[in-house]
Amino acid sequence: MFSIIKTIWIVILHMFRKRETVQYPDEEVKLRPRYRGRIILSRDPDGGERCVACYLCSAACPVDCISLQATEDEHGRRYPEFFRINFSRCIYCGLCEEACPTYAIQLTPDFEMSEADRHNMVYEKEDLLISGEGKYPGYHFYKVAGLKIKGKDKGEAENEDEPIDFKKLLP
Amino acid sequence: MFELNWSALIAIGVLLGVFTLAPGLIWLERRLLALWQDRYGPNRVGPFGIFQVLADMIKIFFKEDWIPPFADKFVFFIAPGIIMLTVLMSFAVIPVAPGVGVMDINVGVLFFLAMSSLGAYSVVLGGWSSNNKYSLLGGLRAASQMISYEVFMGLSLLGVVAMAGSFNLREIVNAQAGMWNIVPQFFGFVVFMVAGLAEMHRIPFDIPEAESELVAGFHSEYSGMKFGMFFVGEYVGIVLISAVITTFFLGGWHGPFLPPMVWFFLKMFVFICFFILLRASLPRPRFDQLMTWGWKLMLPLAILNLAVTGAVLVAVNQGH
Repeated sequence: MFSIIKTIWIVILHMFRKRETVQYPDEEVKLRPRYRGRIILSRDPDGGERCVACYLCSAACPVDCISLQATEDEHGRRYPEFFRINFSRCIYCGLCEEACPTYAIQLTPDFEMSEADRHNMVYEKEDLLISGEGKYPGYHFYKVAGLKIKGKDKGEAENEDEPIDFKKLLP
Repeated sequence: MFELNWSALIAIGVLLGVFTLAPGLIWLERRLLALWQDRYGPNRVGPFGIFQVLADMIKIFFKEDWIPPFADKFVFFIAPGIIMLTVLMSFAVIPVAPGVGVMDINVGVLFFLAMSSLGAYSVVLGGWSSNNKYSLLGGLRAASQMISYEVFMGLSLLGVVAMAGSFNLREIVNAQAGMWNIVPQFFGFVVFMVAGLAEMHRIPFDIPEAESELVAGFHSEYSGMKFGMFFVGEYVGIVLISAVITTFFLGGWHGPFLPPMVWFFLKMFVFICFFILLRASLPRPRFDQLMTWGWKLMLPLAILNLAVTGAVLVAVNQGH
């Protein structure tokens, strides 16, 4: 009996509380930096694409909304020939971002992307690529990776030792 | 002839008043619930979202009115009408102000009780004719709940009747000119309020339509305006119970300074808000708990209240 009266009293006190509702279209929603929204592809500090077309994101994607085709340029750098995300399928789980070895694919705090036509929800590479570096500024995959490309031989990456010649390693 | 026209005018006025109060109540309930739950509620359509109810009503009128092929068509059809009929008939005996009221009969209390008992038929028939197990369960629950709460609803009013010495609602109101019945009949008031809530199956006692167990209970199969009739019937029921409590326990139109009708509506409004507050705060009891409270707590309390009231009245009258 007492608990019933106490409950009613607590509910009355809620009359004087601030309302939790965010009046969305009129009021702006405050999104945190790690909010999982629209997916982008970032670039490295030199302006090149970070994506090396390893297919890990499309393999990790639980709803199979990412499709891409790998190819190689004249420097021996891999890049996606096309990169397509079907946002009408995407569930914004962020597994692609976790799978990405080069910090290329990232989720951004933006969700305002509704379309009247379903086909417009399919984003191509030029829609996904941004001109900046996203959440990881300064990271350049080819400068830290031991992969040989044109203009950078084995052992020339940052923090990398010269390759060991095992034929001269004898005691 | 003039007399007849005047009463017809009052009847139409009460009818229109009730039918404007009920949608307003839907809006009020949504706003108040939102206020108590730290939300806004409808606030887009019109000033403070007042026209939301209008928009919903237009929508519900255009909805498909579907009668399931397995239902008993005739009973299914009349069930929503019964609740509207009985609730509106009950309003006939409510005295709004001196001289304002549809009819003035000497057994007004009994008329009100009879009409609210008949309201049980609406729910029971609706649940039964739907030919659906959830509807039937809802109808069964409604039947047992309404019948058992009917018992002490009547008993709790007998104290009031004994104090006024009349079954006429106007005389009951006039008997409260000195002191409102809520003071000497406090337990009667509590019991009657609980019984009234259960009678109108409002949310702490909405076991016949418990949506977490029975889909929507007795009106699971109803759609369109037939569902709307049940819905509006429930809200008119809240207005009715508030008006009846005001009449029986809060001295009806009596009050200082303000005109009688304003007092009546003010008291009624307070109770409507209180019922919405109960909806916002209390959970639904289990069905056996409801029955236990009804028979083991409320019924003895009502009988005790009646016995003490009778004893005190006899003692006082012998003194004279």
